[in-house]
Amino acid sequence: MFDTLKSRIYQGNQAIPDIKKAEIHQKFRGFPVLKQELCQNCAECEKICPTGAIKLNPLSIDMGKCIFCGDCENICTDGAIKLSNFHKFSSTNRNNLIITSGMSIDDFNVKAIETNDKIKKILGRSLKLRQVSAGGCNGCEMELNACSNVNFDMGRFGIDFVASPRHADGIVITGPITENMAYALEDVYKAIPDPKIIILAGACAISGGIFQESNTINRSFLEKNNVDLYIPGCPIHPLTFINGVLSFLSQN
Amino acid sequence: MNCWIITKNNKPLNLKDVPVIPISELRENLIKKIKNHLRVIAFFGKKELEQIKLYIILADDINSDILISSSIFNKNDKYPAITPQIPSLHKFEREFYEEFGIEPIGHPWLKPIRYSKDRFDKSQKIENYPFFVMDGTEIHEVAVGPVHAGIIEPGHFRFMCNGEKIYDLEIQLGYQHRNIEQLFLKNQKFSLHLAESIVGDTVIGHSLAYSNAIEALLNLEISKKAALIRIIALEFERIAVHIGDLSAIFNDIAYIMGNAVFGATRTLVINTLLEITGSRFGRGLIKAGGVSFDIDSEMAKKLENMLAKITKDVERMTETMFSSASVLSRLEKTGTLNKEKAFELGIVGMAARASGIGLDARIDHPCEVYKNLNLTKIIKESGDVYARTSIRCKEIFQSAEIIRILLSEIAGYEDEQLLFKINSSLNPNNIVVSIVEGWRGEIVHTVITDNKGELSRYKIKDPSFNNWFGLAVAVRNNGISDFPLCNKSFNLSYCGNDL
Repeated sequence: MFDTLKSRIYQGNQAIPDIKKAEIHQKFRGFPVLKQELCQNCAECEKICPTGAIKLNPLSIDMGKCIFCGDCENICTDGAIKLSNFHKFSSTNRNNLIITSGMSIDDFNVKAIETNDKIKKILGRSLKLRQVSAGGCNGCEMELNACSNVNFDMGRFGIDFVASPRHADGIVITGPITENMAYALEDVYKAIPDPKIIILAGACAISGGIFQESNTINRSFLEKNNVDLYIPGCPIHPLTFINGVLSFLSQN
Repeated sequence: MNCWIITKNNKPLNLKDVPVIPISELRENLIKKIKNHLRVIAFFGKKELEQIKLYIILADDINSDILISSSIFNKNDKYPAITPQIPSLHKFEREFYEEFGIEPIGHPWLKPIRYSKDRFDKSQKIENYPFFVMDGTEIHEVAVGPVHAGIIEPGHFRFMCNGEKIYDLEIQLGYQHRNIEQLFLKNQKFSLHLAESIVGDTVIGHSLAYSNAIEALLNLEISKKAALIRIIALEFERIAVHIGDLSAIFNDIAYIMGNAVFGATRTLVINTLLEITGSRFGRGLIKAGGVSFDIDSEMAKKLENMLAKITKDVERMTETMFSSASVLSRLEKTGTLNKEKAFELGIVGMAARASGIGLDARIDHPCEVYKNLNLTKIIKESGDVYARTSIRCKEIFQSAEIIRILLSEIAGYEDEQLLFKINSSLNPNNIVVSIVEGWRGEIVHTVITDNKGELSRYKIKDPSFNNWFGLAVAVRNNGISDFPLCNKSFNLSYCGNDL
């Protein structure tokens, strides 16, 4: 027992003190900053983008499709595309994820999250989520697990993942939604009591990501239901997820 | 005529040199080879006009050789199954049958593997999996999944129990099927990004297997520095996942201290990986032609400090917990997979080493960097959860040692180029087998090109493909409440099986 206590004291406090102010190392590939005026229209970035996230004239990047590989940044000799280390880029509106020239992270965040008073009132202080992986590669799943570890400790905000959909207030979907998993996903959603929210985590869930051209994905679930929050990334960073959900619940 | 052509890891061959042998003859020869301790590492079909060509690839671990042969089938052909003689082939034969409808007659367990999109019999539906059923008034069935209690990938587990005791477990997978092998052919330009997403917890392992194969087909040799950085990253991945697994194992036995400490240690490791590559999983590091990020002397120093810290932390924690009787009583003799069973089922990687089988592709089929390291295989005999836990601890220290040696080597290659540009196209009509020892075990990518030098077949074998059945056998006669612990001790990939 003394050994255990010694280990405990040695470990100290591992939690990130202020999740909202935490920053990620500058090598992190996050929010894209675009400069149309530097773009020479060579279209190299459009050709190299594996998910078709980049559009030219005017230059834009769809973060819902982007897997943040950074290939566009590397191939652009004009410096028109830079991936910054900003990580708070969740949105309640799919169209807001399309970043255009000159948009800064602050411009983005002004309109990114539209809070819903009803949701805030009912779920604002306690949000229990059920996660469903529907073709996810286990990257986003591991990062969602990491949200609850001692470093990120999402539980301190009253946000937890629960075992049963009956205990949940919402569903977090990862993966492009495979045909073989489509039915189970619908079933889980049906089992969650109202009011309930849908969160899409990661490029695969939002747009199909790198798997968008696969002939085994079935995204009809998303056509039938209204998505409340989009969290981009490949995989999502725990800080992106936690801050996204916190803003959605307007705890900031 | 010789049935096999011999090659090495990452040595391409001309397709026309691969012998084509009638299946009756090849079958006899294959059984003989496997009785001589060779192993099947790939067994897959490829459509060729109206016919189907079966490729069989064997690994000779003692001589570091790879043997390739093939056989031609017409549509609706049948052949006598090999599984009754060689049980480790059962999944390979099932996969081949599911995709092409060539029936192995006399196969004892001819069930679907993943309900592949391109399966020959589309009337089979994932909802109607033919589960094994036991009868008896004392027997009850427990169905779990495809959605599990935690944040895990989907899969269905069907237990046949007597009270708490598991008699039989059947694992049904396929929910994650994204038809990724087809996507490799469809989107050849972006196949590296696909390789990174085959299994998201083995990003480095799979992207390395992919890049090695592509470079072999380009006859391209990467710089020594890039080769060193790749292996450093691979060992980093092993450390990170092993620590994460230790955390999860201790969560499952309610030893929360271990869970918290290893969780925090893992964060430190993967955040350091982010400082090198910009991604906590090392995405974007490995490219065909080299690596895209450098480890300079400053970063090397940082890595050494970090390694010193985490090895100290892991050592401290493992000492504390392995001296606790309550921890040991949960781990020892739980989920035992003995050596005979593991060998029969063709278990690979870390799980095999925990059951006393010395398989480690880093030593059996080494690349240049590993050749100079004089590694020894870490082997445990007991095959229980304890063996799989303590092997992880030992491998963390081993990997840390490897990284230290490579970091000291890297200083001598400061000016070397990291990434070579690729201008040529792949060798036409070639086949190459690329083996990488990921943290779970051997990853095998087999790549075939057509006469224009484009990919015409991309076959992936994740170690999970071999090991899932091992888990099902290991939990027999255990309490059902120990299942999560056994599952975590294997920590197999669902999408690695489903592809």
